[in-house]
Amino acid sequence: MIATAERPTRSGPNPLHGMLLAGAFPLFLGAALSDYMYSTSFEILWSTFSSWLIAGGLVFSGFALICALIGIFRPAGSRGLSIVYFVLLLVTWILGFINALVHARDAWAMMPTGLTLSIVIAVLAFAAIWIGFTSRKTGGQS
Amino acid sequence: MRYARKHSRMRYVAPLSILLLAGGANAADKDPQYGANPDLPDPQRGLLPNMGVPEKAPWDDKLPTVPDGYSIKAIATDLKIPRQTLVLPNGDILVAEGSGGHAPKTKPKDFIAGVIKAKGKSSVKGGDRLTLLRDSDGDGTYEEQTVFAENLDAPYGLALVDNDLYVANQGALVRFDYEEGQTEASGAPEVVTPLPEKINHHWTKSLAASPDGQTLYVGIGSNSNITERGMEAEVDRAEIWEINAETGAHRAYATGVRNPTALTFQPDTDELWAVANERDELGPHLVPDYLTSIQEGAFYGWPYSYWGQHVDPRVKPENPKLVESAISPDYSLGSHRAPLGVDFSNSAVGGEFANGAFVGEHGSWNRADPVGYKVVFIPFENGEPAGDPVDFVSGFLTGDSRTRGRPVGVTVAPDGSVIVADDLSNTVWRVTRDDAGSEPVAGMDQPTTSENGAAMPEGDSMTADQPAADEDPTGPNEGVTKEESEMPKEGYSGSDEGSDST
Repeated sequence: MIATAERPTRSGPNPLHGMLLAGAFPLFLGAALSDYMYSTSFEILWSTFSSWLIAGGLVFSGFALICALIGIFRPAGSRGLSIVYFVLLLVTWILGFINALVHARDAWAMMPTGLTLSIVIAVLAFAAIWIGFTSRKTGGQS
Repeated sequence: MRYARKHSRMRYVAPLSILLLAGGANAADKDPQYGANPDLPDPQRGLLPNMGVPEKAPWDDKLPTVPDGYSIKAIATDLKIPRQTLVLPNGDILVAEGSGGHAPKTKPKDFIAGVIKAKGKSSVKGGDRLTLLRDSDGDGTYEEQTVFAENLDAPYGLALVDNDLYVANQGALVRFDYEEGQTEASGAPEVVTPLPEKINHHWTKSLAASPDGQTLYVGIGSNSNITERGMEAEVDRAEIWEINAETGAHRAYATGVRNPTALTFQPDTDELWAVANERDELGPHLVPDYLTSIQEGAFYGWPYSYWGQHVDPRVKPENPKLVESAISPDYSLGSHRAPLGVDFSNSAVGGEFANGAFVGEHGSWNRADPVGYKVVFIPFENGEPAGDPVDFVSGFLTGDSRTRGRPVGVTVAPDGSVIVADDLSNTVWRVTRDDAGSEPVAGMDQPTTSENGAAMPEGDSMTADQPAADEDPTGPNEGVTKEESEMPKEGYSGSDEGSDST
């Protein structure tokens, strides 16, 4: 946040890290939206979509989490932010995993917990991305 | 500051996750769940479903346990997933072998569940055939084993009406011409009527013929545990069809029976009875599987409610009106036991087992501690269940929660022997009474069976309530191990009736 000396050459996380991190968000957001569709339509296919979207989000955020962990120990604009980013992403992932288990329940048994969790996770993922990119804005690479 | 806000959100979520993690396991096992009014605890489901899939164990030189005065013997081994059996008028035994279902894996859960369940199943491929077993000399050894018909489609239910042999494949009810003494079908079967087979999550089509032979009843299981494959998939499912044997025309005779895995007619009352597997993932003590007479036109609850009108909150949209019409089954066998076979006893079985019904319990997967894995006997009085189940064939489970076999179909032969199909060790077992059956080792006269299979054992040995064979010093188990009985080979089969523990 308090970026004093930006280096234009290396701004933000490395491309792979960036892709993994940013990719998790639309997947988790999609899960929240299709959960909402299921909750209003009772159409089971939406819940199936959610299950896969969450699984995809876990894959992306899981790999991003590894990058984030490495990032803590690398020079960056703010080590503090790097740690916050890592913790936030970790919480996102853990809740995402719990959400995957909730979505493994049959039919309406996943509701309303599933929808609530999906929304929370989408918001957390968004925050994690925001901070993740911010924390990498200066200094070295991750 | 921005981050502080996110943190507070996290704190809000944390208690939720703890809540979710709780209640995963509950192994407290009390089973007062027998009979007409079983205890129904509140539904529970932790983050992970309560499951326990016993792995396969070899029989080695062991045999299943039977009551005093009875012996058990493997009469056929190395079969290809034997499910149901039929005793023909000449004493021959037909065995339906196969594995059905074409339910696609739709969710990540299905892939994981597939791996877990494979551990508890035989790796042999279903035979899709009928095997005929014959004991020509009546010595209790079924020395002749022929393939009666093959290239069937997961055959399960079997019924004989005069010279018509009906076989319920997973997708069609078919008819073979049958002549007494035949060891091989004379030709391909003719289709009586197609049966619902889309997805076939529960694929087993159970079958019974009415006593007059005019009508056939086919049990069709639901296409999901609890509608998780969508409501459209459940059209014509969880029903018992009444089918005109002549024309193939059908109507739903009873509905809301989640998975009616075996049907049979009660001898004196000519009432249709069924065993059914109820829904999973509501905890280890829900929902009881049951044995019940089937009332015409009745709705038994699935999917909207269980055990009468206990609403299942997992089903949306709800249908309160239909729930109001739901009736309770007659008799709870306990939760997750997975009854797959039922047959009424006859006086030739003798002893305390003369009046009642035998139920083959495949055994549980959907609770942590295994239950079932045996054949039980439910005593009847005045045509109704009267008392708790009694073990008739047990000893499948090992001490360390593995299992040597899983009982499926149970058939009581007119001569009083009880035939049990075991689809894990791919064996057909035959239980006989020591002082009545065809066991020369017991030092009794030659069997009276064979001619028409309806032969009764000699008179006085049938006096009721006498456990029989008091004079036989060898207990049933020690007794049988002395006989040379074919032991099922180690090497198992992998079958899948889809989902459940079935």
